[in-house]
Amino acid sequence: MIRMAEIPKEEYLEKCTTACAGCTSSLTLRYVLKAAGPDTVLVVPACCTSILQGTYPNTAFSVPVYNIAFAAAAACASGMSEAFSSIGKKTNVIVYAGDGGTVDIGIQALSGALERGTDFLYICYDNEAYGNTGMQRSGATPMGARTTTTPGGKTDAKKDIDRIVAAHNIPYQATATPAYPKDLFDKVKTALATPGPSFIHVLAPCPPGWRIASDMSVAVGKMAVKTGSWVLWERKYGELSISAPSKGAMKKRAPLREYLSLQGRFKGISESVVNELEQSIEKNLARLAKEEAGEC
Amino acid sequence: MSDPVAMSRPRIGAAGKTGTWRTFRPVVDREACNACGLCAMYCPDGCINEDLEIDLDYCNGCGICAHECPKKAIRMDREDK
Repeated sequence: MIRMAEIPKEEYLEKCTTACAGCTSSLTLRYVLKAAGPDTVLVVPACCTSILQGTYPNTAFSVPVYNIAFAAAAACASGMSEAFSSIGKKTNVIVYAGDGGTVDIGIQALSGALERGTDFLYICYDNEAYGNTGMQRSGATPMGARTTTTPGGKTDAKKDIDRIVAAHNIPYQATATPAYPKDLFDKVKTALATPGPSFIHVLAPCPPGWRIASDMSVAVGKMAVKTGSWVLWERKYGELSISAPSKGAMKKRAPLREYLSLQGRFKGISESVVNELEQSIEKNLARLAKEEAGEC
Repeated sequence: MSDPVAMSRPRIGAAGKTGTWRTFRPVVDREACNACGLCAMYCPDGCINEDLEIDLDYCNGCGICAHECPKKAIRMDREDK
């Protein structure tokens, strides 16, 4: 058990949640809570995580959870964080929201909380659609992906929430994926140690939604990083650094086709859409490399 | 004890014994296992303990452990009805 040495053994998710087999959102939450520890409150808007807690009067989560409406999570966390600090408590306030609750419905509350400088951590676990209600398209769905509301493949590009959040100039911002749990754990630790608002965007491959076998969800997450579709980085007080797994991917990128062909949602994707995705990856990588080098 | 508001309390198996969902059961070949712990690291439900024993009451048989095992020491066998 050498690899687990730095990560605490304690589990704050009881066995077992109602998450689908192979769910990377519950894998993410395991590491988020390991990093945050018991003195933590989760604020959860409508998303898969509000369902997978179990049925009343039992819950699988051994930290306090406040379930709240879709549009209100970050606003609620603002109030909570103020209340804790006014009575001198150092409790971690973490919003754990899906991509629909972040990039679409929750965006105004998120923007407000970031602007107010609320001391909290906002985690967006991104399965690139409204998974809980049956995989409808969201603003975070990538171009070409089939969902129940885009049966021919989405024609619009994925909304770049990271650049929207970056425009608020918050102290700490990062991307992660549970396929690299140590990287995710370290980023949550850093985010909670940084005063003021922090934001972590986590790619969470979803077996039923992405039409992948349940044993492939971690492998698909690794492939997303290796192809450059998902770039792992962190930005502390405006200083960007690209994380180790993505450094390797930037030197030698795996072919995008290998990532797309693993997933049933990209079945029958046209050559022109693949080219567009390829170009957007190249642009994104070039922009991040420039920013890291201090050229822009 | 009555709560002022509707409040759930933590309990193992809050959603029932999810092991019953399983169609494939993980079987560990202890000879091939080198105890690296990657299976426990990647188990979404935390069903693999420190001694790398799998809790079959709650393992829902996703197979991530078998797929990520570098020694291919975990086999997924179909459950008998």
